[in-house]
Amino acid sequence: MEKRFVSIWFRHLSTDWFTLRQPSLKSVPFVLRASSHGRMMITATNHAAEMSGLGKGMVLADARAIVPELVVMDDQPDLIEKLLKRIAEWCIRFTPSVAIDFPDGLILDATGCSHLWGDDASYLTFIIKKLTDRGYDVRASIADTIGVAWGVARFGNEPFVVATNKHVNALMALPPEALRLETTVVERLHKLGLHQIKQFIDIPRSSLRRRFGPHFTMRLEAAIGHEIEVIEPIQPLEPYQERLPCLDPIVTVTGIEMALQQLLRKLCLRLQHDQKGVRTAVFKGYRVDGKIEKIKIGTNRPSHHVLHLFKLFETKISTIEPALGIELFILEAPHVEDYFPQQEKMWEGSGGLEDVRLSELIDRLACRVGMQSIHRYVPDEHYWPERSFKPAVDLNQQLTSAWQKSNSRPLHILSIPQRIEGMATLPDYPPKQFVYRGKIHNIIKADGPERIEQEWWLQQGQHRDYYRVEDDEGHRYWLFRLGHYHDKNYQWFIHGFFA
Amino acid sequence: MLQGVSIVREKKLEIIAELQASVLRLEGVKSFNNTDLDFKLSPLKEAFPHHTFPLGCLHEFLSERAEDKSATTGFISGLLATLMGTSGAALWISSSRTLFPPALKNFGIGPDRLIFIDLQNERDVLWALDEALKCSAITAVIGEMKEIDFNISRRLQLAVEQSQVTGFIVRNQYRQLNSTACAARWKITSLPSETIGGLPGIGFPKWRVELLKARNGKPGVWNVSWINGSFQFANETISTSVKDSDLSYSFSNFKKAG
Repeated sequence: MEKRFVSIWFRHLSTDWFTLRQPSLKSVPFVLRASSHGRMMITATNHAAEMSGLGKGMVLADARAIVPELVVMDDQPDLIEKLLKRIAEWCIRFTPSVAIDFPDGLILDATGCSHLWGDDASYLTFIIKKLTDRGYDVRASIADTIGVAWGVARFGNEPFVVATNKHVNALMALPPEALRLETTVVERLHKLGLHQIKQFIDIPRSSLRRRFGPHFTMRLEAAIGHEIEVIEPIQPLEPYQERLPCLDPIVTVTGIEMALQQLLRKLCLRLQHDQKGVRTAVFKGYRVDGKIEKIKIGTNRPSHHVLHLFKLFETKISTIEPALGIELFILEAPHVEDYFPQQEKMWEGSGGLEDVRLSELIDRLACRVGMQSIHRYVPDEHYWPERSFKPAVDLNQQLTSAWQKSNSRPLHILSIPQRIEGMATLPDYPPKQFVYRGKIHNIIKADGPERIEQEWWLQQGQHRDYYRVEDDEGHRYWLFRLGHYHDKNYQWFIHGFFA
Repeated sequence: MLQGVSIVREKKLEIIAELQASVLRLEGVKSFNNTDLDFKLSPLKEAFPHHTFPLGCLHEFLSERAEDKSATTGFISGLLATLMGTSGAALWISSSRTLFPPALKNFGIGPDRLIFIDLQNERDVLWALDEALKCSAITAVIGEMKEIDFNISRRLQLAVEQSQVTGFIVRNQYRQLNSTACAARWKITSLPSETIGGLPGIGFPKWRVELLKARNGKPGVWNVSWINGSFQFANETISTSVKDSDLSYSFSNFKKAG
């Protein structure tokens, strides 16, 4: 496939950002400053300041002499880095592979992307418009190589869309700076009268390398496309990704299901080969109108079982809105784990938590009701009843401490203890009777108290004195008194029911 | 001559026993050798066909108040401990769960071997129950739901006959006592606990276990305690047939429902 790259050049990135926050700066000459070698230097200028003849690298005092009404602000050291990163993340909507081109640009690997916006020209215009709407002064170009796109965006003229295989022609008229060279090399080239690339593009590489160094020829070769230049995307591309472009846009459920099955078969075959299993998978449909429909599933245990994964997706397919049609399906597995099929054989049929069929059941349930409704608990080392257990991370989590075996915990507990009217005859004695839901319970037998103190490093409050009581009907309750009997402001609560 | 008659009679008995077994198999009772559980439930198993506690089928438990619910789940936990053994897993599906997981340890179950599905409404509970009962990797499923109609119970019963999972349905604060396809209907209520030697304080949990209905079995009432990890049946109150008062109780309930 022919590669296509977009280079975006932010001409006044940091000043644009200041202007966005302070719109009044838009029309006045405005520069950013930072101290360097004991002097205040200009680090960035806006358009108005540039018009007045100011530029990056000038001493601030000189600039003030030229433009007395100059507005000066302190530069923030890592502002550009942060801004570029943020914009690059936003640009993922145009292509999955976006790289930061320090210090003032972005590079988008647009291979196979522009057709979603029509053609290269509308793709590029769309990007420029979106960025301009956000308040950034940008120039951008699309070409077959990164070098040419970079050069045309910064030094070229219209058209910024360099047609396929025409990138060398576009390179001809550009100055040597467009090749991303060191300043010394550029100066030397100009000194030699080589003001345009076409003047030296045909010179044998060996003599060019001798005069200007290997870096120069490498840049030139990369721009022409003889050498492959790699970019480092801000978000790594998923290694487990399958794509299915469609000739005609798909609008029916059956069509989507077929696409999903086909992608799953391809992905699972690869996973099986690599002995991996899916933990999360995303199925994306790129719609004709540019929107992306997405459904996501997760599993409790790595799986490359086509039928099982399809079942998980199946319940969510109805949420996909094809609208005018979907023309590209992508199935990604962002999270995969090692998975050895012999384990499956070993555990199958044994039952219990390790069984694959159990984790598949949990996946199916989680798909419909959400993982937040499914709980498994492991002990936590707290005496406070509500904190004595914690949710387990997954089905395989092993216990780090043992469960406390004690008869003094009720089988059923109220999530919030309820206030009751209790009556104790003696201090620190269990109540003689209590009223719960309008019914008087006369207590015949009781155990206690078991005092449980607040864990002060977690929560402040009074301690609880727990009593196990049994009423005349044989029902057993867990009651507690909050606070000391002598404090007079104690309260009785019911917290649970024993078996 | 006499010997010949006895041989014929023995043969007849054998044939009858075989036929009974095949009838039961047709009715969905498949497991006859849960000796482990039967050993622990010796007086109870007599109420069921083939003197064996039915597994791989649905059990329905009725409870009216929160106190009854904890007695019911206490009894179920006791059964579950034996069923799950050391490696089994169980699902607890509910829309209003109040169970305190660490307490299950007292009944000999590692609470981490239970998976709790906490849902918003009864419709989801039913759906999850249906899915879970089809999965033969789990030992038992406990579902808390108020109402279950005959058709649904029939569907669930067919599912467990396939998968041999045992289902316990806890009907707390039920509105209507309708007939269901469950293999057994239980009602567990609390009894005053007993301490050893009349010591003060609360003793071991004790319940009145009523088997209101049992498919092809004889309903009965037992007083059961849970002592040191096993069921203890109070000898003096064992009754294999329902007392008049119990019958009138269950009939009155049916009347109310009708």
